[in-house]
Amino acid sequence: MERPLTQHIRPGEYLTAAEYRKTGGYEGLKKALKMTPKEVQETVKRAGLRGRGGAGFPTGLKWSFVPLGPDAPRPKYLVANGDEMEPGTFKDRLLIEGNPHQLIEGMIISAYAIEAEIGYIFLRWAYKKGAQIIEKALAEAYDAGLLGKNILGSGFNFDLYLHTSAGRYICGEETALLNSLEGKRANPRPKPPFPQTSGLFGKPTIVNNIETLSNVPHILRNGADWYQSISLSEDAGTKLFGVSGKVKNPGLWELPLGITLREVLEEYAGGMRDGLQFKGLLPGGASTDFLTKDHLDIKLDYEGVAEAGSRLGTGTMIVLDDKTCVVGMVRNLEHFFAQESCGWCTPCREGLPWTEKILTSIENGTGKMEDLDILAGMTKTLAPGNTFCPLAPGAMEPLQSALKYFREDFERHIKEKRCPWRS
Amino acid sequence: MVKINIDGKDYEVEPKDNLLQTLLSLKIDVPYFCWHPAMGSVGSCRQCAVKKYADEKDTKGRIVMSCMEPVVDGMRISVDDPEVKQFRANLIELTMTDHPHDCPVCDEGGECHLQDVTLMSGHNYRRYEYNKRTHKNQYLGPFINHEMNRCIACYRCVRFYRDYAGGRDFNVFASRNRVYFGRYEDGVLQNEFSGNLVEVCPTGVFTDKIFKEHYTRKWDLTTAPTICQNCSLGCNIIAGERYGTIRRITSRYNEKVNGYFICDRGRFGYEYVNSDLRLREPLRRGQASGQLEEVDQKTVFNYFEKLFKKNARFLGIGSPRASLEANHALQMMVGKDNFFAGVNEVDQRLTLKALQILRESPAEVPSLRETENADVVVVLGEDVTNTAPMLALSLRQASRKRPLELPEKMHIPTWNERAVDELLQDERGPFFVLTPTETKLDDIATATYRQVPQNIARLAQAVAHYIDPEAPEVSALTDSEKALAKQIGDELLNAKQPLIVSGTSLQDETLLEGAANIAIALKKRQKTPWIFLTLPEANSAGLALLDEKNLNMAFEKALSEKYDALIVLENDLYRRLETDKVDKLLDAFEHIIVLHYLQNPTTDKANLIVPVGPFTETDGTMVNNEGRAQRYFQVFYPGDTIKESWRWLGQIMAKGNLQKERTLNNLDDFIDALIQDYPQLSAVKDAAPDASFRIAGQKIPRQSHRYSGRTSMQAHINVSEPKPPEDPDTPMSFTMEGYQGPQPGAVLSRYWYPGWNSVQALNKFQIEVGGGLHDGKPGERVLDLSAKEGMSYFTQIPEPFAAQENNFLGVPLYHIFGSEELSIHTKGVAELTPKPYILLNEADTEGLGDQVKVQINDRTVELELRKTTVLPKGAAGLPVGLPDMGAIKFPVWIKISG
Repeated sequence: MERPLTQHIRPGEYLTAAEYRKTGGYEGLKKALKMTPKEVQETVKRAGLRGRGGAGFPTGLKWSFVPLGPDAPRPKYLVANGDEMEPGTFKDRLLIEGNPHQLIEGMIISAYAIEAEIGYIFLRWAYKKGAQIIEKALAEAYDAGLLGKNILGSGFNFDLYLHTSAGRYICGEETALLNSLEGKRANPRPKPPFPQTSGLFGKPTIVNNIETLSNVPHILRNGADWYQSISLSEDAGTKLFGVSGKVKNPGLWELPLGITLREVLEEYAGGMRDGLQFKGLLPGGASTDFLTKDHLDIKLDYEGVAEAGSRLGTGTMIVLDDKTCVVGMVRNLEHFFAQESCGWCTPCREGLPWTEKILTSIENGTGKMEDLDILAGMTKTLAPGNTFCPLAPGAMEPLQSALKYFREDFERHIKEKRCPWRS
Repeated sequence: MVKINIDGKDYEVEPKDNLLQTLLSLKIDVPYFCWHPAMGSVGSCRQCAVKKYADEKDTKGRIVMSCMEPVVDGMRISVDDPEVKQFRANLIELTMTDHPHDCPVCDEGGECHLQDVTLMSGHNYRRYEYNKRTHKNQYLGPFINHEMNRCIACYRCVRFYRDYAGGRDFNVFASRNRVYFGRYEDGVLQNEFSGNLVEVCPTGVFTDKIFKEHYTRKWDLTTAPTICQNCSLGCNIIAGERYGTIRRITSRYNEKVNGYFICDRGRFGYEYVNSDLRLREPLRRGQASGQLEEVDQKTVFNYFEKLFKKNARFLGIGSPRASLEANHALQMMVGKDNFFAGVNEVDQRLTLKALQILRESPAEVPSLRETENADVVVVLGEDVTNTAPMLALSLRQASRKRPLELPEKMHIPTWNERAVDELLQDERGPFFVLTPTETKLDDIATATYRQVPQNIARLAQAVAHYIDPEAPEVSALTDSEKALAKQIGDELLNAKQPLIVSGTSLQDETLLEGAANIAIALKKRQKTPWIFLTLPEANSAGLALLDEKNLNMAFEKALSEKYDALIVLENDLYRRLETDKVDKLLDAFEHIIVLHYLQNPTTDKANLIVPVGPFTETDGTMVNNEGRAQRYFQVFYPGDTIKESWRWLGQIMAKGNLQKERTLNNLDDFIDALIQDYPQLSAVKDAAPDASFRIAGQKIPRQSHRYSGRTSMQAHINVSEPKPPEDPDTPMSFTMEGYQGPQPGAVLSRYWYPGWNSVQALNKFQIEVGGGLHDGKPGERVLDLSAKEGMSYFTQIPEPFAAQENNFLGVPLYHIFGSEELSIHTKGVAELTPKPYILLNEADTEGLGDQVKVQINDRTVELELRKTTVLPKGAAGLPVGLPDMGAIKFPVWIKISG
């Protein structure tokens, strides 16, 4: 099994430029610089790389919307989205802290592919260690002529900067990220126009997830066919999968796409802790629908999880056990989402606090059966397309699936006027 | 035209607007909050949801926000689909979760867009049963009241204040359901258009503080369409009255002039009409007491009859603040030779020069709102924010004209405001501000030039010469001036629609000549520019069209010829000429008769005061700076003794058998007489419907269908309801009787439509949203201002300014609050008026203290010294019009000591 992204990462350390080179680092870049930008795009397209931030949009296709050539607006930008704030998600952190040059190489290649001259790594505020490591790695890359003017004698110029966020979940939404990067309120922007044509400072911009960009050097170095071959699925490549919750061995692993959920849970996460039963899980972070034990044999790829009624999302799962109150868990999540609403559109701004208050009331034993109707109505009102951006629809995913699979638990709270999971 | 299908019905529409605006133009009710026709779509409130279907086979459809949808051919949508109706009901329920429901104590109650939309969207019973979020309110100055708990976070306020009006001291703070709209700390809102927050806010967060002091519900206001008197732009306003006092002014939509908005001086500067200084009864100076004593109307007529019997010679002084009809009436009474425009020689000369340029130059004259379509702007001299405030708002929009070509090229609709904003960032078109000191448009300027008026005029001439070498050449320019002239010239030549803005405020006609020369030069290069010139006062143009003789001539004539009586019309001469000159002028007459509504230093000298109504109590026509005649209508009947000046003068003329061949009873008679004497002003008649106009045989009511209390308002005086006053002058009634349906634009006195109680009802009165009013006349141009051939270059080029030892060149400075004569009677305006001061370049202030003695003309005043690095050395900024500054004759050299 190939683990191109993580095989060289050693816990607690990071690969310096020299160490990264020894692993074949910056070879992909050299190859890329001999190709035309269009050819690089084609390679990534052919490899079938899809966005690893949650939405799964084909990366090469996304790049292809950027205007190329001498008439394109300038400067163009490439932004790495490292604002990893989805509850339960910690995959990009490993890549940043463990192998920063892999990201930097991925960014240089990607920037070359879209002819961008300026890049930003937009990093979650809490990743202090990651920030230090990136700063060091950037300095190394500049010293080695891998960044700045005329990279490796190719004539290609690319400057890369680190920007640490002020700490809002909404900055993970690419257009809110761009506003934040511009120094404005982190409100999402309307789409269309997409950032590919009007992005950072109104110029063509690509925003890619850290993990997505970290894949790019390997695709260039080893080719699209190789990338297709390392997965167990139609979806190419590997994915970082994480498991948190009361399992025996919570952690993060790079695994081929298409591996089954059962394998990850049982072989890698070691199954449930003694005395606990598996009840369900959020497969791709807090903003995905619950799956239950009926879904354990699904393939973990974009299609497989979607068919089961959820999303692959970030691939980082939160496991729910039978001794944990699902109402309390969902309430916690909705508290987070309500707090992280940017306040721009009404359904999100007003709907999430109300949702949280109802869940609190149910959890505390003061809920009413009618509250479940309001919650069900909320999941419809805050559905995709009804809100300005996907934050609130994402927030509705754990709620709507909890109501679907665990309605009994909600009703017990209301009937017993207390939380049955609390002694 | 494209065909779209709405709820099964086909419509032909222009695919230029977003779907919401298109639906509203089709008069289909769709609720909304965040969208505004002047500010575009942002998609934040989600209230305007409709269903959109992929094709005829699609029965499920999907919910879309109509404000964010372009209109495309073959589009199929539903407003009434049950699912989307439920969505809108859920949305308003969410919107209302934190709203305090304090309508009974809220000033917005009864004209609240939130109330309208709540009802329209079908939300009745509250299911939210938790605590509401609360906010602290801020002190925002004397004009705007803040009540944040009512906020529904539609973001309109911040979009208007910052993005549209360019304000910086107001913003949205915090996030999630704690978003807060206000200032970073308590304090006076710094933007000149802050009052529009009252109208753009869909609920009662921002309300009119002055209205609050004498509050009345919308339905209890008697309203009439009128024209702002506070500068020369002639913005359209609605004034509302109850119990004999004006309660508030709101903007009145005029697609040619002010659009949706008005400035704060226009909105709040009306309190003089309610002032204790009002003259409500005739006053005659008692022979024994020497004091002004109240007399009856008969005494007034007797006074004149005696004069007529003696064949007294009258000298009449008109006013640029009085209507055409009033000025003309006085002119008829005293005779053309004895009538003088009531402005000083400089003002009149400048006004005439401006009118000459407007009429004869090869430039076209846009209306105020049309200036928003200019893509290159050059401002010569005028600090428009302070002299013609709404022009600043329009020019701010013009600065976006050129950049807006980019989204159009990228197929991003310009109504998609957030997308356009992100694309354009701070991009502005070529915009040049040439003024003596800082202005509030500097933030959008490509380049500024800070010089005294004569040097600005020289630069303008240099621009003209650069564009067309045939234009007179300017010598002794610095290299940077040459570079700037070239930059401006190139941009003007490169423009699709260049605009040259200038005006009379710097009291320097070479500036106007410079503006004209640029226009002539551009025409020689096959470009027809726009020229927009501001004038001193509300009816300066109208007065100058009636008479070209000025006050200084009146002074000469009064002293050289024998006159018995002076009649001053709605004017305070002490603001126009130096005190000793006015004293001398008044001393020349045995009888000084003043027609005015407000006590002032001139009325203090009168032998007879005839009480006339201010604009809110009278009818008449004003001509604004672009030659547009606009009618203003009396709001309420003020009682017997207060009449229009023209009516008083008509009745007085009748006593003296003057003008006996003419019928002079009502407004239409006076307009007919005016046109007879001035056939070139015939368009005045068309500015608004005449008194005989009826809809379905009925008059147009000034009171709403919900007006309350009419049988009891006077009950403490007489239990019988008094007979309502007649209005012989207009097609309007003073009561609620009459046609309550849609009315022609020029007589539309309120926006109110079934289901639409707020000002948003305006949508129903426009032919299409953002366009003209139904049957509406946006006034009539009285002048032919089309581009003309044949005007030749003004050849006189001023000398370059040379600073003098111990002598400073006075440069007029203006303040939106303070420089204007009457608005200062509003308490809030007075509060924001600066103390008189003198502005000097820092380098000129050595050895001077905080207070300095300033010798202006022949008098010495003590003024606070303000310092700047911007005003050129050797110049001294003098804030004209401020109380205690006195009349100053420009150009003036002043001496400063101490």
